[in-house]
Amino acid sequence: MAKVVVAKKSCAVNPLKMSQPIGAALAFMGLRGAMPLLHGSQGCTSFGLVLFVRHFKEAIPLQTTAMSEVATVLGGYENVEQAVLNIIKRAKPEIIGIASTGVTETKGDDVIGYIELIRKNHPELKNFPLVYVSTPDFKDAFQDGWEKAVTRLVEELVEPPANAARRDMSRVNVLPGSHLTPGDIEELRAIIEDFGLEPTFLPDLGGSLDGHIPDDFTPTTIGGVGVDEVATMGDAGWTIAIGAQMRAAAEAMRKKTGVPFRLFERLCGLAPNDELIAFLTGISGRPAPMKYRRQRGQLVDAMLDGHFHIGGRRLAIGAEPDLLHDVGSFLHEMGAHIEAAVTTTQSPSLERIPAEEVLIGDLEDLERLARDKGCDLLVTHSHGRQAAERLKIPFHRLGIPMFDRLGAGHKLSIGYRGTRDLVFQVANLLIEDHEEHHRVTPETWRNPWDDATAPVDGAAIATALAH
Amino acid sequence: MASLSATIQDVFNEPGCARNTHKSANEKKKGCTKQLQPGGAAGGCAFDGAKIALQPFTDVAHLVHGPIACEGNSWDNRGAASSGPAIWRTSFTTDLNETDVVFGGEKRLFKACKEIVEKYDPAAIFVYQTCVPAMIGDDINAVCKAASEKFGKPVIPVNAPGFVGPKNLGNKLAGEALLDHVIGTMEPEYTTPYDVNIIGEFNLSGELWQVKPLFDELGLRILSCISGDGRYQEAASAHRARAAMMVCSKAMINVARKMEDRYGIPYFEGSFYGVQDTSDSLRELARLLIERGAPAELRDRVEKVIAREEARAWAAISAYRPRFKGKKVLLITGGVKSWSVVAALQEAGLELVGTSVKKSTREDKERIKELMGQDAHMIKDMTPREMYKMLKEAKADIMLSGGRSQFIALKATMPWLDINQERHHAYMGYVGMVKLVQEIDKTLFNPVWQEVRRPAPWARAGDTWQDKALAQFEAEAAELAADPVKAEEARRARPVCLCKGVSLGSVEDAILDFGLTTVDGVKEKTDASGGCGACAIRIEEILEAGAFVGQPTQARNIAAE
Repeated sequence: MAKVVVAKKSCAVNPLKMSQPIGAALAFMGLRGAMPLLHGSQGCTSFGLVLFVRHFKEAIPLQTTAMSEVATVLGGYENVEQAVLNIIKRAKPEIIGIASTGVTETKGDDVIGYIELIRKNHPELKNFPLVYVSTPDFKDAFQDGWEKAVTRLVEELVEPPANAARRDMSRVNVLPGSHLTPGDIEELRAIIEDFGLEPTFLPDLGGSLDGHIPDDFTPTTIGGVGVDEVATMGDAGWTIAIGAQMRAAAEAMRKKTGVPFRLFERLCGLAPNDELIAFLTGISGRPAPMKYRRQRGQLVDAMLDGHFHIGGRRLAIGAEPDLLHDVGSFLHEMGAHIEAAVTTTQSPSLERIPAEEVLIGDLEDLERLARDKGCDLLVTHSHGRQAAERLKIPFHRLGIPMFDRLGAGHKLSIGYRGTRDLVFQVANLLIEDHEEHHRVTPETWRNPWDDATAPVDGAAIATALAH
Repeated sequence: MASLSATIQDVFNEPGCARNTHKSANEKKKGCTKQLQPGGAAGGCAFDGAKIALQPFTDVAHLVHGPIACEGNSWDNRGAASSGPAIWRTSFTTDLNETDVVFGGEKRLFKACKEIVEKYDPAAIFVYQTCVPAMIGDDINAVCKAASEKFGKPVIPVNAPGFVGPKNLGNKLAGEALLDHVIGTMEPEYTTPYDVNIIGEFNLSGELWQVKPLFDELGLRILSCISGDGRYQEAASAHRARAAMMVCSKAMINVARKMEDRYGIPYFEGSFYGVQDTSDSLRELARLLIERGAPAELRDRVEKVIAREEARAWAAISAYRPRFKGKKVLLITGGVKSWSVVAALQEAGLELVGTSVKKSTREDKERIKELMGQDAHMIKDMTPREMYKMLKEAKADIMLSGGRSQFIALKATMPWLDINQERHHAYMGYVGMVKLVQEIDKTLFNPVWQEVRRPAPWARAGDTWQDKALAQFEAEAAELAADPVKAEEARRARPVCLCKGVSLGSVEDAILDFGLTTVDGVKEKTDASGGCGACAIRIEEILEAGAFVGQPTQARNIAAE
């Protein structure tokens, strides 16, 4: 449906996009005892770190190979080796996930070769999980980094099933996209478990970045899926992938283990969740629990109540492809018109977005389009706040980063229940905006027609005639 | 000062009300109130009606004298709009307690007035009587009088305790309070030959402001709007207006007529709902003003504005034709609204598959016929299931109705738009009709309908409640079709008079048995139309039709023996 257009600007203004390496780093954070390591200069890590700390309001494990100018020129083997040894000594991680950056990719560091060399030089690390993903900053976006990291985790950590004929059909692998919050993951886990199935999430941010208070100080992630659990994912009956970005990882899983997969591009909205529930009913052989029958009814009712407010809205939305596709399509189903859609990177889901055009661009583009098309609802991450202020339109925060509000990790917009709450959030935002900024006044309809010519000053005529 | 019961009698003597003039003295005593049926009443009480009618006065403190239920459960729930003061939205109640009920609440009421004056200093205080203080004998008239004198501020008693009747009676009692205590108590700073009153317009959703710019352009001054965005001082000096418009609902007809009697202000009944109606109303106002001495050139200016605005409105509305091609509308609303909306919908290219005429008068029906043709599908009473069936069978793509039937449409997952009182959008004047068409467009093409209609993943075909309702409906229809006796029974069981619970069969029997030819005759024998009287039109139609099959029951009984 939508035509995908790439902005032809030389200068990105108010970027929507974040870089690949930190997308990969976030994926690594969904493993238990993990320490993500960016191979680059220390600034690469520190910016990512601050971004995640501000978003999740949590201590974030993220390390750097601290490449200096000289090291960059000469090659980073020593930095990677030292970083790995130091991390293992100090943090005692269960896994180190290494992502390259622009600096080291430009130089052309062969990190895979480095890892082989490290294992050779340090036999005690022969089997230690070191997973590398190539994520140059100058290519692709956050979502792609996540996608590549998860694919690499599958390739490296999942073991082929001992006996493919004896799968555990009650086990389900879940490969969530980067657009799912820890709260979304928890919701999805509960839904799957309610069908008597046992899900393994890779990555599992629901366990690691859900805002729990840990029992002790650990510099690595606490919670998340264990390397040992990932290894056995090949025994599961099914893989569920969420978001088009997870197709690669799901295919890697199938290639390695033979586990079939089902891809759900969306989990926000009525039909997507109907599909999920039907699928879970099918693979579990259990009828949908009463809870979801009630929740579905509540969602339908919320949609009917909400359409009065959301219907007819002119929406400007900026988000990564899968999130844009999911939430944008749902708001369209609620009657909003997607007048401006901006995203960060290419994706097969883009053309399915119900808009005329999707622009790979920045928040300046989004702001301009929103102004030109007279949009009256802005949906994007927290950096959209300045645009919202200038445009004087209501603003719903969606995606990473969300640094100026609390609870980013617990925002829920999937499942019947999450969709229902999203309807209320957006509708209430619009009601509030109406109350604060659009109260009717005697002037509201003074010149209602587009072709309005200056009205005759009848009052003057009448007054003149009266005297 | 007249007692409450005398006031109520007086209100029922309203000669301005066409319906009333046809009543006998005895009936007038019973009033225009529908006898409230225990277990079957859902409307508001007289207090509610009085408060609705007066609360839009924006610079007045509205003090409810009663226990917490009357105000605490209902405050700030009306969508009237103010261009200035906000005191009308502040809730004041005496919150009577047990001690007050035993010893009387008058002192508390007086103190409440004092506190309001000290803390808020409003232009006036309106004191609303409620059932409990009325029962224990609190004399709010006396308290208000004392408070007025003591505080040097108008304190107006509004005597409409809930139990005296329904909401529409409350509207009228509110009007009486204005006539007795407010109107004519002050003088306007100046007057012009173009001063008008608008009576019974509450400025819901700010709708008055959709037409007020036209008034401004024409130099017409709204001396007082009773009561939308009104000010106390304006109402108090409303007796100097040259003409008045009573907005369609008969809610405050007593105010309009008594102002004509007392101050010689001519009035007409008009509406700003619909393009034609708006034009008619402006013309009529101009005519009355000119009759009372305004320069005749006003007529030309009014005609010019009408021509310009109509052209703009029709152009804007007809732009929707291509989008609305083949779309059908079911219109469920009472009275004048039906036909005033019909014209706009047709201009937009929408096909009307039916319109309800439940509260419409004979003239209303004639106008609908004129607009929609002889085949006009006029629905008298539609059960929720019938409405649903009609929508479901794709006879309609959208239903327009009042808030009360919204859940039928919504639960049936059918597009629906609120066009009655409780709506959130303003649809008055020329621009209002365009707004209505815009809203229809928005609703009609919202993809949410396809979404919510999808069957649940666990649903089996024919298992939804909608399917079941439809199947049941069809089964019943089939049963009736197969069994003429049952069909006749069902036909005869249809209610004619809801107040008195008289069925069509009883009315027909009475007509045949006693050879009746008049509504009065039917009423005498069956009590039908002895309540609110709204079904008198229906009875006339039954009398006119006259061709129903069957013989007098007595004859049949004899034959059966």
